[in-house]
Amino acid sequence: QTVTNKVIQKGNPKTGKGQGRQQMIIKQINSPRSNTQRQGKTRRKTGKCYRLTILCDVSVCNLYSPHNMKQVIADNEFLGRGNLGNGVQELMGTPVGDRNNWSISNYFYLQVLAACFYPALLEDDSLPLDVKQRAESLLRECDGGSVGSYTDSSGITKIKHCVSQFITRRDGGVPSSPDNIFIKSGSQTIMLKLLIHSKDSCQTGVLIPVPTYASFIIALEEQGAAIIPYHLCEEQGWTLQVEELRKALHTGRKTCNPVALYICNPGNPTGHIQSRKSIEEVIRFAAEERLFILADEVYQSCVYGDDTEFYSYKKVLSEMGSTICSTVELASFNSVSKGFMGECGLRGGYMELVNLDPAVKEYASRLFSARSCPPVVGQIALDLMADPPKPGDPSFPTFSEVGVQAIKNTICKNTGRIQEVFAELPGISCQPLKAGFFVFPCLHFSLKAIKWAKKRQMEPDMLYCLRLLEETGLHVRPGCEYGQRKDSHHIRFVHCHCCELLHVCEW
Amino acid sequence: MCSIHTVIPHPLFCCCYETLNGKCLALRTNITSFSKAMSENGALPLRGKVLTLDTMNANVKKVDYAVRGPIVQRAVQIEKELKEGVKKPFEEVIKANIGDAHAMGQRPITFFRQVMALCTYPQLLDDNKFPEDAKNRARRILQSCGGNSIGAYTTSQGIDCVRHDVANYIQRRDGGIPSDPDNIYLTTGASDGIVTILKLLTTGEGRTRTGVMISIPQYPLYSASIAELGAVQINYYLNEEKCWSLDISELQRSLQAAREHCNPCVLCIINPGNPTGQVQSRQCIEDVIRFAAKENLFLMADEVYQDNVYAEGCAFHSFKKVLFEMGPEYSSKVELASFHSTSKCYMGECGFRGGYMEVMNMDPEVKAQLTKLVSVRLCPPAPGQALMDLVVNSPQPGEPSYQTFMKERTAVLSALAEKAKLTEEILNTVPGISCNPVQGAMYSFPRITLPERSINEAKAKGQAPDMFYCMKLLEETGICLVPGSGFGQREGTYHFRMTILPPTDKLKIMLNKLKEFHQKFTQQYS
Repeated sequence: QTVTNKVIQKGNPKTGKGQGRQQMIIKQINSPRSNTQRQGKTRRKTGKCYRLTILCDVSVCNLYSPHNMKQVIADNEFLGRGNLGNGVQELMGTPVGDRNNWSISNYFYLQVLAACFYPALLEDDSLPLDVKQRAESLLRECDGGSVGSYTDSSGITKIKHCVSQFITRRDGGVPSSPDNIFIKSGSQTIMLKLLIHSKDSCQTGVLIPVPTYASFIIALEEQGAAIIPYHLCEEQGWTLQVEELRKALHTGRKTCNPVALYICNPGNPTGHIQSRKSIEEVIRFAAEERLFILADEVYQSCVYGDDTEFYSYKKVLSEMGSTICSTVELASFNSVSKGFMGECGLRGGYMELVNLDPAVKEYASRLFSARSCPPVVGQIALDLMADPPKPGDPSFPTFSEVGVQAIKNTICKNTGRIQEVFAELPGISCQPLKAGFFVFPCLHFSLKAIKWAKKRQMEPDMLYCLRLLEETGLHVRPGCEYGQRKDSHHIRFVHCHCCELLHVCEW
Repeated sequence: MCSIHTVIPHPLFCCCYETLNGKCLALRTNITSFSKAMSENGALPLRGKVLTLDTMNANVKKVDYAVRGPIVQRAVQIEKELKEGVKKPFEEVIKANIGDAHAMGQRPITFFRQVMALCTYPQLLDDNKFPEDAKNRARRILQSCGGNSIGAYTTSQGIDCVRHDVANYIQRRDGGIPSDPDNIYLTTGASDGIVTILKLLTTGEGRTRTGVMISIPQYPLYSASIAELGAVQINYYLNEEKCWSLDISELQRSLQAAREHCNPCVLCIINPGNPTGQVQSRQCIEDVIRFAAKENLFLMADEVYQDNVYAEGCAFHSFKKVLFEMGPEYSSKVELASFHSTSKCYMGECGFRGGYMEVMNMDPEVKAQLTKLVSVRLCPPAPGQALMDLVVNSPQPGEPSYQTFMKERTAVLSALAEKAKLTEEILNTVPGISCNPVQGAMYSFPRITLPERSINEAKAKGQAPDMFYCMKLLEETGICLVPGSGFGQREGTYHFRMTILPPTDKLKIMLNKLKEFHQKFTQQYS
């Protein structure tokens, strides 16, 4: 009786049937015991003929981080050599490229972070000059010269400046003020907190795309928002269509009070990217319907499709004529977890507010301050992302050519290859991949397979994922966790590192 | 839209179709037809803001956080002015408002930072400048990170091996009482855990709304989170005359009063106390547990200052330990969440945002929901988790770093003990200031007697009298404190919170300045 909450009563989209089993298999395979006894009993008993589960389910982060790379390649090699049972029929090219190159690519920021943690390294000759200079200048911004101090609750002022300059550069000169930047990972929840009335008799509604990633849905639920789903059009490359938005909004208005429109561009899990025109339409729609735009733009630097370019909502908004550009309220989110840094574990991110009522902004700051400061390490990572080495800096050549360029090439190669393979595989179709970390192909199951799943009271794609994991050690997520149209089935996986391909389902 | 029900397996998508509120519908239709009419006239309707003070979540308005309130904002401004060369009667701002040890010049523990550097940039593992035990720790942590990198997401509950180490630490600390890693959640500093648990516990409407009992004076994180969540704050007063101790009769009184208008189900304890610096006796903890059991309350024990105990005769007793020593009647029943972090004690690593909580006797289904709730923020910062690991798995006798580590740790803690004593002594020499012994934590919370005239002047300005006092203190001496009104205090009494963190010589200067100021202030307004 004491511990109840609306969150508790509703189900968890992540713990659908099968999820527990999936976790158990992963635990079993990855447990240190089964690793040490790899050749022994455990292995024979479970009959698993692979060493590690490969997690393709989360955007496993600094895939590009040098030390990470070796591990992943090692795993892939193992898979390549090993007997994979019936599972994997095709092994795609591992992220090629000179491994040594991989391992020096992003050293710049790792070095800066290490020097900030342990400033004795500043005396060390082995670190490049620009690394030391950057570390010193960052430490000067920390009280007591230590990253162990609290910072201002919306972030270190200098880093906010650095981020606003980064935004201005990105948007071709559209001004950005550090006063509108709030550094925080998970700043979305702060915006939701402001927007959503938890107690009103009429629920606050938020429009969200289908498919979308599960943790945002939980965040909405937690705040007590009503979720108004709008479907992306898969047939047309997961485009966002205003007609669909309008339809969803009107349906939503019957039951709740919609105030915000959530956009994920480039899309997770869909890998699509909005055109400038589409963004304009959405903004106009938001203006007409009085909606606050929440633009999740964390994959903005991971755009690789031909002839595709990322336009930020802020930039498009600023170029849309005076009424709209001075009124439509927008919160845009970015983070160091995605893009070329991929430092998820550091928890660095920021939010930029556009056209927010100054009085509300005051309260936003207050909310931030009630949560103590964002992790300093994440703030530093953000600084390095916003202001990477420049031509002429000692760290520039390795950073840019070997690092960023090599990563881009690999991604292009991988995604190209994925699409080629999918084109040949019967039973799978995949929309063109243009941006982001994920592939979200559609699986066309046979009637038999669907019946089989139904008998087990499971979504067919969940069952598929379970089988895939059991037989190959590949851990991908079923589309039912993200939402999909009736009778369509998908899986989501990360394209960047592990490209072992799945066979068409045999059932 | 019915199809959506069947397409999407989780019920979340459907929730908006569950209820149909007629009133709201009518209102909406009006607005829609209004904007339609405007559009038909050819022009876009005049567009006001979606988010204004009127439309904003009303709970947010109640959120207040004194530790970073107006005094601190003014202090930041003054620092800027000083930098720009503006003349002031002082040369620097001394920030004694916040428990931020490193900002006050405390050096980080070398071993911790070595391991952190190694974890971040593993090429350093080949460097012979680093001791072997630091390298071993780093390797161990990296091995348990996804892709062997500290930049990877971890599981939402926290890295497995860190949770095991935390459990072992708790078991050692509590003299062998077992701790289960499954009950450990790593958090983004202790605040994250506290807010999460409060979130989980808040429910109901009107008289059934969750009530949360907090001590007065309290740490504003609690009042701010309670306001934000729209829970009901229930005050119980600590006994200033008895060194800020906790009386069960007062708990009983406040609980009974609260039952009239809400559903009290949480009792928060901060031990050692913030801002009051008291350390609870074992007996008192037992009494609190008995009370919680009797009244069916969920216990939240904020134990982030567990290594900060200075006064003779005082010792830290964890709620968990006492609970288990009270026998199965209690240990199998009373629900408890206990919090710890990397920010305080001898480490003072606030910026890393490392922490953990241990939950006991939580209903397994609720625990599953807790796990879900923490998954919203994906994971706590991995470096913070790594640092937490080092705190609970510090160098052991025989390891190369042991001696340096112990030397550094002891130096910090004994300096704090010395400063705690010094603060109490000097403050008590000032007429009009009385200060309880600083038994633990990092703060003194002295009571100040303010002249009637200053109280009236403050009230005329719409300020709390101790806010008025602290603001004047800041303007005249550069000392930044937090007024007692930000923490709550008995009606008609005034206090301030001051950290004991500045280096000893600076602390002495500060205390003497304060003494002078207080005398001057008293004269001026008498």
